[in-house]
Amino acid sequence: MSIIRAENVSIRYITGDFKDIGLKEYVLRRLQGKYHVKEFWADKNISFALEQGDMLGIIGSNGAGKSTLLKAVSGIMIPTEGHMEIHGNIAALLELASGFDGDLTVRENTYLRGAMLGYTRSFMNEKYDDIISFAELQDFQDRKFKQLSSGMKSRLAFSIACLVSPDILILDEVLSVGDGAFRKKSGNKMKEILASGVTGILVSHSIAQVREMCNKILWLDHGKQVAFTDQVELYCNAYEQFLFDKKLPHTEEEIQAASEAFLERKKEEREKAKKAETKKLKAVLEAGEKDTVLQAALEIIRKKQPELLREFDDDPLEDED
Amino acid sequence: MFHSIALKLKKNQFLFEELVKRDFKQKYKRTVLGMAWSVLSPLLTLLVMSLVFSQFFGRHTPHYTIYLFCGTLVFSYFRESTNGGMNSLMSNANIFSKVNVPKYLFLLSKNVSALINFGLTLCVFFLFVFLDGVTFHPRFVLLIYPICCLVLFNVGVGLVLSALFVFFRDISYLYDVFVMLLQYMSAIFYTIDGYSPLMQKLFLCNPVYCYIKYFRVIVLEGMVPSLSFHLLCAFYAVVMLVIGGMIYKVNNHKFLYYI
Repeated sequence: MSIIRAENVSIRYITGDFKDIGLKEYVLRRLQGKYHVKEFWADKNISFALEQGDMLGIIGSNGAGKSTLLKAVSGIMIPTEGHMEIHGNIAALLELASGFDGDLTVRENTYLRGAMLGYTRSFMNEKYDDIISFAELQDFQDRKFKQLSSGMKSRLAFSIACLVSPDILILDEVLSVGDGAFRKKSGNKMKEILASGVTGILVSHSIAQVREMCNKILWLDHGKQVAFTDQVELYCNAYEQFLFDKKLPHTEEEIQAASEAFLERKKEEREKAKKAETKKLKAVLEAGEKDTVLQAALEIIRKKQPELLREFDDDPLEDED
Repeated sequence: MFHSIALKLKKNQFLFEELVKRDFKQKYKRTVLGMAWSVLSPLLTLLVMSLVFSQFFGRHTPHYTIYLFCGTLVFSYFRESTNGGMNSLMSNANIFSKVNVPKYLFLLSKNVSALINFGLTLCVFFLFVFLDGVTFHPRFVLLIYPICCLVLFNVGVGLVLSALFVFFRDISYLYDVFVMLLQYMSAIFYTIDGYSPLMQKLFLCNPVYCYIKYFRVIVLEGMVPSLSFHLLCAFYAVVMLVIGGMIYKVNNHKFLYYI
């Protein structure tokens, strides 16, 4: 049985001048015929299915409908058309630090957030110490939330969401929280959670992250589904090529071609970089004055490009040595 | 329907408790004075009104202070509860747009703190009743009935207002004017004996007046209101609750677009 199954899900979004206008303004605009509401499909005919333990990466440029789709998965919005089936409780990390109350203490906020995520008081009592120590906020438990630094805030949000044990974890651009040390810790924690068999959805603009963590890819473009696949490498290659040349591939062959073009481009770039480095090293060997510098350059060459040294065999520089 | 709501409430009990705590702390800023103030404020209203109106209306009305207190007690609860309720959805927008929680919980939790205030003021009310020499009678227990109706009625009005407030922000000003009008039409400081029988009937169209009248009949007139009056009280509460519930049900996923 699938944990999450979306069948032809379409979500209609409305925008227009209806926001923030009062009753008076509304009536006036209605009378003058100036009241415009625009409807558009934020997502159109999206279908995918996730089994237990799957990690889905949703990729697509801004405005592709990623966040709207996540809102439908977490139940905040309902699909206008189509069908969405969810089995299990969801911890959704949509914009981590929001939804906290500045006037409440860290402790109170932790319990409030836990309650929002659907946990019981006894469960939170049990987990509270773990959460605080993971977020490294032991000394701040009874501080008001607004007194924390923004890094601390997102650390707390991340800890709450991860230390409770959801069946389904939704991550929307959240993996880059805190300083270097915490980022490493949170990355490890994420891997641990994923290994434990949670089903996850990740939205990230970092393709490297998607490649590393996901085993399925959903590619959206302007609300339309380009692909849902488990060939992560192939499609990530094609996606990166798409980001480069803005040509949206439509068929299987075009995907293949895009992926090859991407690999080709990467290879070229690598060679270019290598050439530039060789040039630099050569310059150092030829013009370097301190012995230590020359030694270091030689060391690098020996390690990375031993074939260069052969070039130097009949070099006059070597003879003088 | 009520069963499913009860089930949901049970599931969200923890969240509800935390929200109530939060609202309470926000409101009183963790000060004892904050709480005393919210009891004091209806008492001050009472004081001002009795100073101003005793001369005009007090002479012909026995126990005029209690008569007045019945009015201000019910009306200040109504005002506080609905005014707080109006904001409940909007001020929690950043929560329900990120996490899937039943939206009426915010309103209910706001209503709890208003209800607690009302409870405290009610204690003071009984103290006044005692001091004014009105004898206590077992029928006072019946006051639970209009209180229950009033709670439901306030929740219903709160549902309607909070939804409207999301759609039209200037509702709050209109509502202020409306509340003032309603206050003058609720016979808080005057009696309606001087009006024609038809006008007296028209007063019954005002739900808040009905609840006030129930209090007065029990406490001051020493009688139990008729069955039809009971039904009228319940009718207003249920109608408001159903209208509010319908608005929430229809717009449950629409609120998101307006914040």
